[in-house]
Amino acid sequence: MYAYDELDRTLLNERVAEFRDQVKRRLSGELTEDEFKMLRLQNGVYLQLHAYMFRVAIPYGTLSSKQLRRLAHIARKYDRGYGHFTTRQNIQYNWIKLAELPDALADLAEVGIHSMQTSGNNTRNVTSDQWAGVVPGEVEDPRIWSEILRQYTTLHPEFSFLPRKFKFAITASAHDRAAIKIHDIGLRLHRNAQGEVGFEVLVGGGLGRTPFIAKTINPFVHGRDLLSYVEAILRVYNRYGRRDNIYKARIKILVHELGSEKFAAEVDKEWRAMGETALTLDDGVIEEIRSRFTYPAYEKLPHMPEELKKAAADPLFERWRRNSVFTHKVQGYAIVTVSLKPVGAPPGDATAEQMDALADLADKYSFGEIRVGHEQNLALPHVPKRDLPALWKALDEIGLATPNVNLVSDIIACPGLDYCSLANARSIPIAQELTRRFANPDTAELIGRLHINISGCINACGHHHVGHIGILGVEKNGEEFYQITIGGRADENAELGMLIGPAVPFGEVADVIEDVVEAYLALRERPDELFVDTVKRLGVQPFKERVYATR
Amino acid sequence: MTSPLEQKIRITGPSIVTANRTADGAVIYRNRTNGWSTDLSHAAVVRNADDARALLAEAAADDVGAVGAYIAPVSVKDGETIKPGNLREHIRQRGVTIDLLPVSA
Ligand code: SF4
Repeated sequence: MYAYDELDRTLLNERVAEFRDQVKRRLSGELTEDEFKMLRLQNGVYLQLHAYMFRVAIPYGTLSSKQLRRLAHIARKYDRGYGHFTTRQNIQYNWIKLAELPDALADLAEVGIHSMQTSGNNTRNVTSDQWAGVVPGEVEDPRIWSEILRQYTTLHPEFSFLPRKFKFAITASAHDRAAIKIHDIGLRLHRNAQGEVGFEVLVGGGLGRTPFIAKTINPFVHGRDLLSYVEAILRVYNRYGRRDNIYKARIKILVHELGSEKFAAEVDKEWRAMGETALTLDDGVIEEIRSRFTYPAYEKLPHMPEELKKAAADPLFERWRRNSVFTHKVQGYAIVTVSLKPVGAPPGDATAEQMDALADLADKYSFGEIRVGHEQNLALPHVPKRDLPALWKALDEIGLATPNVNLVSDIIACPGLDYCSLANARSIPIAQELTRRFANPDTAELIGRLHINISGCINACGHHHVGHIGILGVEKNGEEFYQITIGGRADENAELGMLIGPAVPFGEVADVIEDVVEAYLALRERPDELFVDTVKRLGVQPFKERVYATR
Repeated sequence: MTSPLEQKIRITGPSIVTANRTADGAVIYRNRTNGWSTDLSHAAVVRNADDARALLAEAAADDVGAVGAYIAPVSVKDGETIKPGNLREHIRQRGVTIDLLPVSA
């Protein structure tokens, strides 16, 4: 966990006091909505269909049990008893009252949580690998660098009024769980031939109306130069980014229009002109941040404890273990993904009771730490393997042991037309129906890894472009229709999905997806050829023929 | 941003003006007595662009009480029962179409 200092606490308290005053003036009429809108957005407050929506940042997806309990408290006291974890490792509350928001913010500030820069045209919450610091083979904990970036970008005046929102993601593993290639700036931590730590810098990724996979503009930027190099990128963006057209304002359009080579040259020119700046990080600063990340005092534990051997006889436990438990860098420990995708439930939602109970389980079994992944699941990052059977039982009792992580019913879905004022169509009921169709865990395991991502409009909060199967809600003559793509992926081999055929109405989506999956089962070469690999090998056509032949 | 009043108003059938209440974001409808109601059955129904514009102007003037007023279609049954005219308004009126809490919780 990262320990906040006095400066962080003062900043948060000042921010709460400022927003309290702004809300008071809005409610009294002293501020008009036009004046207030920007201020509320800077504090993560949107107005949705039924109510205000409050988005709270969870920097690089790391939470303490105390913080998770506080998130539960917010859900219970100020909202309707639940929260929604998002694809950017944030949590959203859907029913918050403006008049009560300052109190909610104050409650959050007490545990070092805030909502700054969770909306608006600024640098947003820096996201990272939810297994940071615990996964084997990592170059270094990427959260150290996420935190450096967080401190540098928070309330940075030059980045508070960018042409559009701006998102960073960082990974330090060969397998990218942070989806860095669909971010404005994606950073891959690695070592150069001299063994020094630095970043491959990718720019211009993003989904939405005009999706692009990010391009590498520099294969190695030394760690000490991270901030100056990022500042050079943002300066080039600030200077050339389109402010005249909201649809062309993201950096991805600039990179596309200039070409990544020219863009890289512009950044390089800017960066060289900056020379040795105050932004160059000296080792002391990096060490200071590094030292504030504390790690548990792991015990020396056996690789295969008796408890685990015994529990292996229970097929239900074994199924959960196969799908939810992952290798930890320390022998005798495991990373446990906690599925927020029970059959028939809204993906990514957790009740206050579940959050409280999970916080207790984190204290008992995971050194009080919880992670949030962009797939809208949670994780317990340091579980002794001997405790896995007990943890599984406890998770099951609170509805958090669905054995479907990375399987067909582990669906990413945005709030869609049930909540979102920008939506064309509903996302959640589609996800709910699909989880029911694929509720049989044997079938789900037979199908293997398959990511279905659903967005209720082209803004793509549900990452539909990079779902192995992507579902996008569109509106046709007042009716909900859905475009279906296949072959997308968000990892180190990120690709955009390809359209499989004409959009289908609400009532037919689940049938079509079942047909796509059946086509895959018939077309795959071997049982372990993943859906996305079959699509890569064969292209869209054979799927199209099978799925649309009878339609 | 273009004010809603500067935008071209086109209505194709009975319409109402709706917004969100400033203090809590609740869905509200401009009613027949120059105020707001959370009950769609109290909404003032307009049937031509001029009346719609006037109702919207009156609603938008209340910047303290309401946010983001706009014109929305409705259907009127038997001359009195007002129903939302599209799915979005239906959801705003009736609430989300899903179980709110995870089913296993
Ligand atoms: S993708 Fe569209 S519908 Fe879904 S949350 Fe984002 S803006 Fe709303």
